[in-house]
Amino acid sequence: MRYQQLFARLKDSNQLAYIPFVLLGDPTEELSLQLIDRLVGSGADALELGFAFSDPVADGPVIQTASLRPLAHGFSVQKGFALVAKIRAKYPDLPIGILTYANLVFAPGIEQFYHDAQKAGIDSVLIADCPVEERDLFSGSAQSKGIDTVYIAPPDASPASLKLVAENSQGYTYVLSRKGITGADNNQQETGTDLIESLKQLGAPPLVQGFGISRPEHVLKAAQAGVDGIITGSAIVNLINEHYNTPDKMLDLVAEYAQTMSNTAHNARHELNMTESIEKGSHYVDSRNSQTATAGNGTAG
Amino acid sequence: MNQKVNSPTNFEFDGAYIGQYGGQFVPQLLMPALQQLDRAFEASLLDDEFQTELSRLLKEYAGRPTPVTECTSYARINQSRIFLKREDLLHGGAHKTNQVLAQALLAKKMGKHRIIAETGAGQHGVATALACALLGLKATIYMGKKDCDRQAPNVFRMQLMGAEVIPVDNGSASLKDAINEALRDWASSYESTHYLLGTVAGPAPFPKMVRTFQKIIGEEAKQQMKQLIGKLPDAVVACVGGGSNAIGIFADFIKDEDVRLIGVEPAGKGLDTKAHGATLLKGREGILHGSRTYVLQDGEGQVQESHSVSAGLDYPGIGPEHVHLMTAGRAEYVSVTDEEALEAFQELSKTEGIIPALESSHALAYAKKLAAESSEPLNILVNLSGRGDKDLAHVMSLLKETV
Repeated sequence: MRYQQLFARLKDSNQLAYIPFVLLGDPTEELSLQLIDRLVGSGADALELGFAFSDPVADGPVIQTASLRPLAHGFSVQKGFALVAKIRAKYPDLPIGILTYANLVFAPGIEQFYHDAQKAGIDSVLIADCPVEERDLFSGSAQSKGIDTVYIAPPDASPASLKLVAENSQGYTYVLSRKGITGADNNQQETGTDLIESLKQLGAPPLVQGFGISRPEHVLKAAQAGVDGIITGSAIVNLINEHYNTPDKMLDLVAEYAQTMSNTAHNARHELNMTESIEKGSHYVDSRNSQTATAGNGTAG
Repeated sequence: MNQKVNSPTNFEFDGAYIGQYGGQFVPQLLMPALQQLDRAFEASLLDDEFQTELSRLLKEYAGRPTPVTECTSYARINQSRIFLKREDLLHGGAHKTNQVLAQALLAKKMGKHRIIAETGAGQHGVATALACALLGLKATIYMGKKDCDRQAPNVFRMQLMGAEVIPVDNGSASLKDAINEALRDWASSYESTHYLLGTVAGPAPFPKMVRTFQKIIGEEAKQQMKQLIGKLPDAVVACVGGGSNAIGIFADFIKDEDVRLIGVEPAGKGLDTKAHGATLLKGREGILHGSRTYVLQDGEGQVQESHSVSAGLDYPGIGPEHVHLMTAGRAEYVSVTDEEALEAFQELSKTEGIIPALESSHALAYAKKLAAESSEPLNILVNLSGRGDKDLAHVMSLLKETV
């Protein structure tokens, strides 16, 4: 329900959702909670939280490096659920998604995993290495616990796969900007309007774009393509990788970055409209000023 | 392909699954690549031109059929007889060449000009490098840093044949991390690149495809045993890492229920330590590298590092078909320690003039135990899956340590 409420609200205000990703327990349990507080304070509309896994095949070097930290200090999946429960208590309306790998869901018993997720107050689970074609193993347990399952729509999916993704994804649809693994370095956005249009026609839940989105211009491009929100992961995790030894600086840099990205997401559609108006020559508006003027207004529920 | 459960006596793949094991647990992004590969593989089975070309390469280039050699004195205990299927004589020095030639041909059929592969001991990397050199494909081989060090001659072999070898320093810096890295490469390169997986693990269609292209080992050996002793062997013994040489020699014997099929896992420094790679004996069900299979893991599902003196068996996962064979009771799985394997390595060299790979030495060590423990004389067929040249430097240093 929280996702539906969020996207309905954003639709009314013509805004894109900003969803940051961080790993639970990274760099420490305490700092992880502080990071999340700062993200929410900087305009995050929802959270995508990762469980560190020993073999993250969908992740690039930035998240691989980060994954070693929670694992090294024994931050377990159970501690992750406990941390989410704290976050849930603070932010009762904030949609919270989990990004994880299949073996971490399988190992405790699939029923048990979703039971624990429900108890922690989690809204959705995305399993990075479970394509929609293999949904039967997990979807029954997820459904019985009222947890949404999010699937990924990649650039080259067959029409049959895309239809399955649109039909089965719940909460939102994770649209890939490009091929490859997670990472902020590879910035080319390949997703054209074709994929976005197909998903909309198939009635997919709100489209949230991720992979390689790290700068405001990527957000504007995503808005232009017609998505409903954006996810940034590696860009934030990279700041954590570089500054975890100086926690205050890390927290400030992450908050500053998240604020810029959430502002851009919240204003992207207005900016595009203005740009179009400028191109049409109807009237002049300095889009940079309008962005600065609204900075700080993107507080999430 | 949804999960399907076969009847317990069915040992064929049903879609992506064999029994309840297998599947395609990969990022959604890789599904088009797997679907394309699956179509190409199934088409190749009916493609006379493909099959003719593959048979020609296996015979004229790789040297098939490989002989079966009866040991003159190794493990001649209680009048048991040990027969070696000589995959060590195959071009490249191990059984890996069989299926690499097939997949490389398949890659060409699919119009892909670049090949990526993971390698543990380096044998699969060497086989991939030679096939790519032969067929004019570009090869990039991911190899754990630790394995690059202990299998240095194979790194040079690959490079000589034009392959690029990329050492992987993440995680345990061995086979599982090389597979992770190859999968990551494939996620952005699949349009031009085929991932030439080296074993019967991984997402469908790899377990079925690699089995199909390796089962020639058992098909030949069965006929050869009939000629040599007029009947089938009592037991077929093979080492198991990912499990390709074992599936290769088991496959044609699965329906012969009187033939015991025995897979030998690496017990490393002992099953009661953490330093082993005995996935079937000490692991439990999980999902790794695209397959629902057995995995060495902790209580929460983090994959543990394996250990074996032989790089080719140093893997915390296992091909899903082996799990099915074990749970269905058709194959038995046992283990042999580093020390026992090293003994067999030396003993076969001394008694038969054959230096076996450290991987195959596990199978040899168990064959000897089997002969010793049997009250009846047995005919034991061992898959000598590779030759030991690649292990010489490593074994030399190990033997110095123990002296």
